[in-house]
Amino acid sequence: MSRQTDPKLLEILVCPLTKTRLEYDSEKQELISRAARVAYPIRDGIPIMLADEARELGENE
Amino acid sequence: MTTGIPQLFDKVLRRRYLARVAATRPPFFAQALAAEIESRLGLILRDFRTTLIYGPAAGAIREHLSGLTRLGTIVTAAPVKEPGIDLVCEDEAWPFAAESLDCTISLLTLSSINDVPGSLAQFRSALRPDGLFLGTVFAGRTLSELREAWLAAEAEVTGGASLRVAPFADLRDLGSLMQRAGFALPAVDIDMTTVRYKDALSLMREIKALGLQHALAARARKPVTASLLARAAALYDERFKDKDGRVRATVETAWLIGWAPHASQQQPLRPGSAKARLADALKTAEVKLKRD
Repeated sequence: MSRQTDPKLLEILVCPLTKTRLEYDSEKQELISRAARVAYPIRDGIPIMLADEARELGENE
Repeated sequence: MTTGIPQLFDKVLRRRYLARVAATRPPFFAQALAAEIESRLGLILRDFRTTLIYGPAAGAIREHLSGLTRLGTIVTAAPVKEPGIDLVCEDEAWPFAAESLDCTISLLTLSSINDVPGSLAQFRSALRPDGLFLGTVFAGRTLSELREAWLAAEAEVTGGASLRVAPFADLRDLGSLMQRAGFALPAVDIDMTTVRYKDALSLMREIKALGLQHALAARARKPVTASLLARAAALYDERFKDKDGRVRATVETAWLIGWAPHASQQQPLRPGSAKARLADALKTAEVKLKRD
């Protein structure tokens, strides 16, 4: 990772679809929205908060 | 999310155009926007803790505004990944928590999205009470010369007409949209600039270099033929040439200002709370209305 995401930034972000809290997965570099069942990717430290770039969560996630 | 809202613009295409120029945009774009923002914020004597700058070149604009300590921590975002931004997001699906920002500065993206009222309402709810929204969009007469040249050329060459310049917002609509979105003390002003180019083709090249070509969903699918392009360019040069041979292009930007409601702001009085009679103020006799 060339860049780290600022923790302060993570505090003000919510899921753009449901406006609910996000969980930060530092290993996978994703922001997970349990309510929308999707994970938003973080690329080079930049969260990509777009519905069409998000990954759908698997059944066991 | 956007069901029922007319899909005038193709957001995937819009992102593609912006992404293409993210690293190569001419520097004047960020400089000009930063200067406008600075002059408008100069009138507002407030300190903010967290400011969001959203739009193309947000990263470069933060650099220009770094001397404005009143803005507090500046977060930058854009619809595509570009240098110097903290996150990527869309107006219509705003990822900021309720009441998490003190100031939001939105740059031009509202010109080409489908749900302007919905987006404004989302911007407002992400602002803390008494937080400031400052936004700019292209307004009515922007590129009116180019629109005219294309229409005339197409009428001549193909006998038809298609949208080649996106429609831009009307000043009166913008004011009422701000109110509908729940902003207090909304104000809209227009900034009109005439930009001059060597010729019509240079203007078209610059629009592309800025990634601001229209992304209309209902755009003409047939590629523009060389003869049509040449005719449009020739008509433009003929009709909008100045004495020195350069051509004019109108760029009209509307600047919107509004505040997230707060009890300390000016409020309308409650109905029936008047302390003076209207008839006295008008120096006339009061005539009671008949009730049905």
